[in-house]
Amino acid sequence: MRRWANIVYLYDGSFYGFLCCVFQAFAQKEDPQMILSQDEAQSLLFETRLIETQPEQAERVRNAVPVKIGSEALELLQCAFLSDLPEKELLLLAFLRQGFAQGPAVMKGIAKEPLRSLWQAAQRAKHEAHLFTGFVRFSDCNGALTAVIHPKNQVLPLLADHFCQRFNAETFMIYDKTHQMALTHRPGQAQIIPLEEAELPGPGQEERQIRALWRQFYQTLSIQNRENPQARRSHMPQRYWGDMTEFQSEPSAPLFLPPSR
Amino acid sequence: MDLMDKLTILTDAAKYDAACTSSGIDRTGKPGRLGSAAACGICHTFTADGRCVSLLKVLQSNVCAYDCRYCVNRRSNQIRRAAFSPRELADLTIQFYRRNYIEGLFLSSAVSGTPDNACEQMLETLNILRREYGFGGYIHAKAIPGADDRLLQRLGLLADRVSVNIELPSQQSLRLLAPDKTRESILGPMKRMAEGIAENKTDLVRYRSAPKFAPAGQSTQMIIGATPDTDYQILNLTAGLYKKYQLKRVFFSAYLPVVEDSRLPALDTAPPLLREHRLYQADWLLRFYGFDASELLDENQPNFNPLLDPKCCWALRHMDQFPVEINQAPYEILLRIPGVGVRSARRIATARRAGSLGFGDLKKLGVVLKRAKYFITCRGKRTPGAALEPDLVLEALLSRQARDRWAENECRQLSLFDPPERLTREEARQCVVGQI
Repeated sequence: MRRWANIVYLYDGSFYGFLCCVFQAFAQKEDPQMILSQDEAQSLLFETRLIETQPEQAERVRNAVPVKIGSEALELLQCAFLSDLPEKELLLLAFLRQGFAQGPAVMKGIAKEPLRSLWQAAQRAKHEAHLFTGFVRFSDCNGALTAVIHPKNQVLPLLADHFCQRFNAETFMIYDKTHQMALTHRPGQAQIIPLEEAELPGPGQEERQIRALWRQFYQTLSIQNRENPQARRSHMPQRYWGDMTEFQSEPSAPLFLPPSR
Repeated sequence: MDLMDKLTILTDAAKYDAACTSSGIDRTGKPGRLGSAAACGICHTFTADGRCVSLLKVLQSNVCAYDCRYCVNRRSNQIRRAAFSPRELADLTIQFYRRNYIEGLFLSSAVSGTPDNACEQMLETLNILRREYGFGGYIHAKAIPGADDRLLQRLGLLADRVSVNIELPSQQSLRLLAPDKTRESILGPMKRMAEGIAENKTDLVRYRSAPKFAPAGQSTQMIIGATPDTDYQILNLTAGLYKKYQLKRVFFSAYLPVVEDSRLPALDTAPPLLREHRLYQADWLLRFYGFDASELLDENQPNFNPLLDPKCCWALRHMDQFPVEINQAPYEILLRIPGVGVRSARRIATARRAGSLGFGDLKKLGVVLKRAKYFITCRGKRTPGAALEPDLVLEALLSRQARDRWAENECRQLSLFDPPERLTREEARQCVVGQI
């Protein structure tokens, strides 16, 4: 018999940490009031329990999902976990309870809770990641590429594959300022690390020229008789503009462009 | 002339090309090489006119030997001329690509000298990119009409997508406005490209290492509104191109008057953007919804209704086929309901296996009930107040904006009379039958 426990689980905020919470909830046959990552936790009325991240436990849950519910469910689990959905941990736990009880059939009920919320959240995360495959803007600092983004969802794990194989011979870093995480890549090795502050050097001469060329290209391409600012905003919401080269203006240093070869 | 000037001139000359998609091919990055391609296409930014930018869209050169009436680059037009050297353009592409500004290159060219000459310059650029720099990003190249077949063949081997612009929807229009181009000079290369792609497909089955020929297929573009061709002609031509040449996309480009000429619409004509939009909607119906061109328009009704989208129009003319029971109708029928798209139809097909669906569920699945409710039943029931009288449905479907726009037009033409308050029933019926 499951009981509704007056207890709050605290975990380290990682995906494996969350899976350990799931493991605990099943093992103890209890439903926690909340599942929070440690940095979210404030003084709480409820009793808290710190759930330690143990890879063996996490992997048992992780490996069971594709077998018992299906590989789609694992993808949903990962994407929804990266989303900005409030209380996603509890919803995911509820979904896993249903899934382990009912099997693959649970994935068909996309109009029912909690699957609907989770599924929509996963869609949002995936959609934002897709937008960022285009909207990330790198700057070249002495041969290394750096970019800063402010996403709503934690998109870095969803972006890693795309950028690592596209720029596999480059050294680059994408810094997610919202979640203070960075994806760093060197040929042959990539990792996502927590990073509180990234001090990036200013653009050099060549970098400024390329940026100016890009801005010029961007402005020239628009057809004035067809102007449609609403369409632009709906395809590319304004919250992304701040990190994009074409909307930034350079600190006023005189631009020197060499004559063409 | 410096690079900035060249880029400005050659972008300005290329911006009227509608196609800027990077879709149709998945290619993973090769170790040590720059670039990959994603079949879904990736938009890198959007211009102030709301169009996606995914490729560096430029001309190799805007020096042109032809004198097509509708074109900014025609010989007799007094504009600044420039040309990229192949190395210059290849370097610029790589620099933009590394910074994730673009998905690749869209290269076209005016006919500088002879068609062969123009094509060779383009080939040189692509050669540097692909062979020398090992560039694996997306390349869309425009075939130059009249260029030698062997050059086009080489172009197809270097580019992911090739396109030949059909320019104008009929031969008469072409004769009138583009005297240097003929139907044959356009359809000829298109046909050979289609053959090349088909042949390459069978080769690839036999030899895995066969070089790929335009793996993302070919597309084309035509100008809408420069000539009196009807939507029916245009849509039939489009359907024909999909069938005959297996095109991936047909793009429409609302004509923007850039030139004063007695054979063309006056310079102050607004581009027919709404018409372009309706044609794209119909194009989607052809490609993804299983509609046939003859179902959407016919001789008696050769143009789309500006107030209502083509699918709603079709549904209103076929009220006998509705309402449709959401929990039972096959997928193909679901697709024909106004307010249901490809995604929501798929979701319905999945979700109804887990239990029958009500109106609330449909809303959660992304169905636009505002339109769909007149055409469906859920568990045998209709939404209250949704009668199946075509007139009433039509009135309900017209947006307030559409009614206002109609009223406004009327008002401009007959300024002596007061503008009508709203569409009367009879007028509304006329606009579905296509007399507006």
